[in-house]
Parts: sequence; structure tokens; C-alpha cells
Amino acid sequence: MAEFRMPSLGADMEAGTLVQWLVKPGDRVQRGQVIAVVETQKGAIDVESFEGGVVEALLVEPGTEVPVGTTLARLHDDGDARPVATPVVAAPAATSTPAPASTATARVSPRARKRASELGVDVHALVGTGPDGAITTDDVERAAGSKPSPADGMRQAIAAAMSRSKREIPHYYLWHAIDLEPALQWMEAGNERLPIAARLLPAVLLLRAVAVAVKQLPEFGSAWVDGRAVPPAGIHLGFAVSLRTGGLVNPAIHDCERGTLADLMERLRDVTARARAGGLRASEYADGVLTVTSLGELGTTGVLGVIHPPQTAIVGFGAITPRAWVVGDAVVPRRVVEVSLSADHRVTDGVRGAAFLRTIERALQHPEDL
Amino acid sequence: MTTITYREAVRAALVDALQRDDRVFLVGEDVGRYGGTYAVSRGLLEQFGPERIRDAPLSESAFVGAGIGAAIGGMRPIVEIMSVNFSMLALDQIVNTAATLRHMSGGQVSVPLVIRMATGAGAQLAAQHSHSLEVWYAHVPGLRVVAPATLADARGMLWSALQDPDPVIVFEHVALYNDKGELPEGAGAVDLDRAAVRRPGRDVTLITYGGSLPKVLAAAQTLAERGVEAEVVDLRSLRPLDDATITASVRRTHRAVLVDEGWRSCSLAAEISARLMEQCLYDLEAPVARVCSEEVPIPYPRHLEQAALPQPERIVAAALATMGGR
Repeated sequence: MAEFRMPSLGADMEAGTLVQWLVKPGDRVQRGQVIAVVETQKGAIDVESFEGGVVEALLVEPGTEVPVGTTLARLHDDGDARPVATPVVAAPAATSTPAPASTATARVSPRARKRASELGVDVHALVGTGPDGAITTDDVERAAGSKPSPADGMRQAIAAAMSRSKREIPHYYLWHAIDLEPALQWMEAGNERLPIAARLLPAVLLLRAVAVAVKQLPEFGSAWVDGRAVPPAGIHLGFAVSLRTGGLVNPAIHDCERGTLADLMERLRDVTARARAGGLRASEYADGVLTVTSLGELGTTGVLGVIHPPQTAIVGFGAITPRAWVVGDAVVPRRVVEVSLSADHRVTDGVRGAAFLRTIERALQHPEDL
Repeated sequence: MTTITYREAVRAALVDALQRDDRVFLVGEDVGRYGGTYAVSRGLLEQFGPERIRDAPLSESAFVGAGIGAAIGGMRPIVEIMSVNFSMLALDQIVNTAATLRHMSGGQVSVPLVIRMATGAGAQLAAQHSHSLEVWYAHVPGLRVVAPATLADARGMLWSALQDPDPVIVFEHVALYNDKGELPEGAGAVDLDRAAVRRPGRDVTLITYGGSLPKVLAAAQTLAERGVEAEVVDLRSLRPLDDATITASVRRTHRAVLVDEGWRSCSLAAEISARLMEQCLYDLEAPVARVCSEEVPIPYPRHLEQAALPQPERIVAAALATMGGR
């Protein structure tokens, strides 16, 4: 017997709305299988089950917002000869119990319903802020444009996390110019033998180099919780992905120090695509131990990032730019990147930070070992 | 302005009535020599004599019946029943006789009777002395039922009740007797018809009466500190209900919490909830909420008694829930 609960998808998350069940009572579920979609301030997220088994009952109807930790479904072991319980969720044909809260049956306060018909607002497109998620007159009037809209959920989430970071975390900042020429030449030589879709991008070299540094200096992957640094469970690097609709997410790429670069490249592409399509998994939201951000595409020289709580550090890469670089006695053209470190001074000191950046630089001088 | 207690305000009303109208007399258990179970009528026997301050035998049915007879005969009796729990013994007289005679006599017989009863819990008097059964009387056509919750109403409702040609029941909550406050010199009769807004607010309407009013005002203060402006409506009249004042408030705030020391099932809160549904459904943003007593005989131990009754924290929580739980 196992219980499937509303996961916490971030330090600031207190509740989430179950959007959709992807299984029904009686279905067999594998560990890690995506079984539900949950709406959070960060968007709709696929949630995996941490247990395998057979779905015994779905306890929460779609459309319901529940606190983190609420049991959403019960699973039982395959061996249990338990009859499948009647689901709490009504079948679409049932009329006596509330139907699944597809938008067609959203709760709307009587006053809001009346106001919506006056204003010609389709209440089914709205998200309610009233009791039990009911749509209120304020929600209707906001949708009609007669009331100002608060910042949307993702903006609120970013605002909360970044404000908390700047309020609580004493940042220090270091930056370091790295000669990328050896790494890029090695990568370009390898890419010539690969089909375009499988070619490596510089980002994957940088990501792997950061993973190497975190492995050597794990304090930079720790989390500051209740006044102490908790070591990382694995080298799961958050990768900041900007969204076309505005805002950003930083899904975790698990175990960035493992596998070939080609494998890491594949995972990077997959996560980026899913982040932009809104198909991230719960574990990808919550597991990052250090964030890597890059603004190089727009030509920005360098970025001094704001740490994502409760992480200890964020590493930023600027644009890879040709520069006049002194090698020995000669000035030569080299492609250079500015790498920065914003780190939590409660957890680490500047000299360790400098060593961290130095480790990234060294790793990039030997791309064949990455 | 003078600072007096609720008890003294009731006594001042009695003295005033006895002085102004020779037909008025007070009858009930221990109202004379003992000075009243809650010391309301202390000193009145000496002041007005045994003809007008009459100790009754321990038979609610008998002395309420005597009051009805006197009222029919042209007197203006004030009958005190020690506790609404004990008034069950006089239900037949009140419901079958006092409330019906005008109707059954084709309007020939009036029963200008005033019955005062103590009601409510909080004084650790256990289950046979602590219940809030106002709604039993508020159910009955032919009766008027009022609940003075303030000093001004304690002082002013009695005279107005005596002017009514039909029976009026006045509920005095035991927890209010010691409440102190200021009463203007010359305070007098007040109307019996209208509910009163005791605190204005725009976010949620808290509707209550009698002994729960101080708790609701305390809850409204807590809500104000949390940025929620609650309007507090004191029913004053439990029968008839002042629908106009109640619905006007809920139409402004779009949310209602009913606070009633009676049990939830078939309570005044239930009746008002139904009226709000009938008259204000399309003005509501949230389901009407009720904070009532737990459905148990009121316990004797203090902590259990307090746990059984509506308390400010529960009222605050119910109000916040109607706001979407902020």
C-alpha cells in the first residue's frame, strides 16, 4: 500500500492544483511513471509516482487545489488481492457527485456568474481565487479588463524566490575570463563527423565543466537549510531556460557528471524543449543543487546571477567572444568566455569560490577528459 | 453619561416601567425577597411592595398562566423565568395560549404580556441552565422575540415591549449581566423592529445577536488587524427578523457569517441562511458560513463549555474562509 501525495515543487510552494489524472483506478503504474499533471505557480508539471503498484483510488478531483503533502491517490502492491475501490472522482455520466472539475464545471460564485453574463466573460477560461478555488466577481472583472490583473503566477513565483534570495543570502561575486579555444576546437573537430542533430553545443562543455567543479568542491552544491549547509544528493544542475512567453524556469538535469557528452547534450536538448513546452516533471523542478545561466546568445559579456534559494551558488556565462589574448610573448586571437560565480557567503568564502572558477577553467583546457 | 452594568440597565428599565404605569407588575421565582436569581430585581420589593413584586411558586406553568390571565384582564405583567431551559415547563401556556388567543378570539382578546428569560452559557451552570433556545420561540407566530445585546437595548426594549398589545419575550444572556458600559442620561425606549449595524465594514457581514455580540465584535477587531473589514449586524429582534437590514449589508459585502449560540440544526442561523439564499443568492461570493454551538448538551467543566461555544477565533477563521482563506 502506498500513497501518492501532492509534491513540493519548490521551497515556496504550499499548495498545488491537480489538473489531470493520467491513470484511473485499476491501472498498473511503474515507479517513475508520470501519473498526474499538477498546476503550480511555475506552470503545469507532470508528476511521477515514486512507487509502483496498482491504482486503488483517486482521492482528489481535477481542478482541486490542495496543500503540499495531501494524499492524491492510493496505490496497492500488485500482490494485494484487494478489489478496486469505487473512485471518489465521479464518472462523467454521474450526476449526484460533483463531476471532475473540467473547466465546464468550475465553481463560480452566484454573483460572479451574474457579473460574467453582464460582461460577456467566459468563466470557464478563468482561474478562481475564492473559497475552494471558486471564481469570484473580482476574477471576472479582472478578466474583463475592468480591474488590474496581478502579476501572473510565474512572475509571482520568481518575485518571491528572488526577493527571498536577496533578503537572506549574503552574495559574493567573482568572475574569471577563460580561454575556450582548446575546448571549442576539440568540439568542432568532433562535430564534423556527426549529423547536425547530434552535434555538441558549447553549452554542454560548460555544463560538464561546472559539474566537474561541483564534484571536486561539493560545498557549492549544498543547500542552506535551517542554519546549516546540507550536502547535495547528486550533481543535478539547474539550467536556466527563458520562456518565449516571459519568465524562466531552471529545470534540473540529473547527474551532470555522468555519461558521455553526447548523452548530456541529448538530455540538455530534451529538458530545454520540454521546459518551453510546459512538460517538465516534478523532480526536475525540485532537484537542482546549483544553477547555470547563460546570456551569451544576446552578446552580454557577463552575468552576475541571483542565487535560487536554497542553493548556494549560481554560475553565469557571458557571450563567447574573440579577443586579443596574450599567450607567451604573442598576442593571439582567442575565443574567450567570462564565467562568473555568485555564491552564499554563509556557506563558502571567496578563496574557495576562486578555486571553483579555476577548476572550471582547468576542466575546459582538457575537453577530451570531460 | 453614566457607567453602569447591563444588570443595572435592566433594573432601571423595570423601575421606570413600574413608576410610569400602575398596571405593570413583576412576577417570577425569587424576584422579590431574594432580589432575582441574577440580582436584577434587588431592592424592588422594598421600593414597590409585594403587590407589584410578586414571588411565585416553583411552577412556571402556573405563574406564566397567571401572567396571561392578568394581561387579558388589563394588567401589564412582566413575568421573569429564571432560565429558558425552565421555560419548557411553560411552553403550553406560551405557545398554546398566549400566542394564539388573539387569533382564536377573532381579535377580541389581547395578551399584552412581557416574559423576560435568562439564556445562554458561559457561567458554568451546566446543561439544564445553559442552553440557547430562543429559536423555539422565534418559530411561533403570535409572539415577538427580542434579544437586547447592549446597555441601551437592555434599558430601552422593556418599555417598548410593554406597549405591544401581544406577547413579547425578552432574552437576556447571562454572560452580559456584568458587562459595563456608558449609558446616556435619560436613555429611554428603543424600537423593537430593526437590526442594528454595530460596526461598519465592506468585506464580510457577521450576523449575530445577544450574548455573542461581544465575541463577534472582538473577532471583527482581529479581522481588521488582518486587513479584513467586517460589518457586524446585531439582530436585536429574533421574530420578526429584519430582512431589510440583513440583506442590505450582505448585498454590500457579498459574504456572510452567522454566529449563533444555539445549536446549528434548525437554528436561527439556519433560518437566516435560508433567507439569504432566497433574497441574496446572486449577490453572494461565497457560501454562507455558520458558527454555532457544538451539538452537545452544554458541558459543565469550563474548558469543555468554552470549547462548545462560538469563540472569536472560530468566527475569524470562518470569515477568512469566505474570503478565500487569505
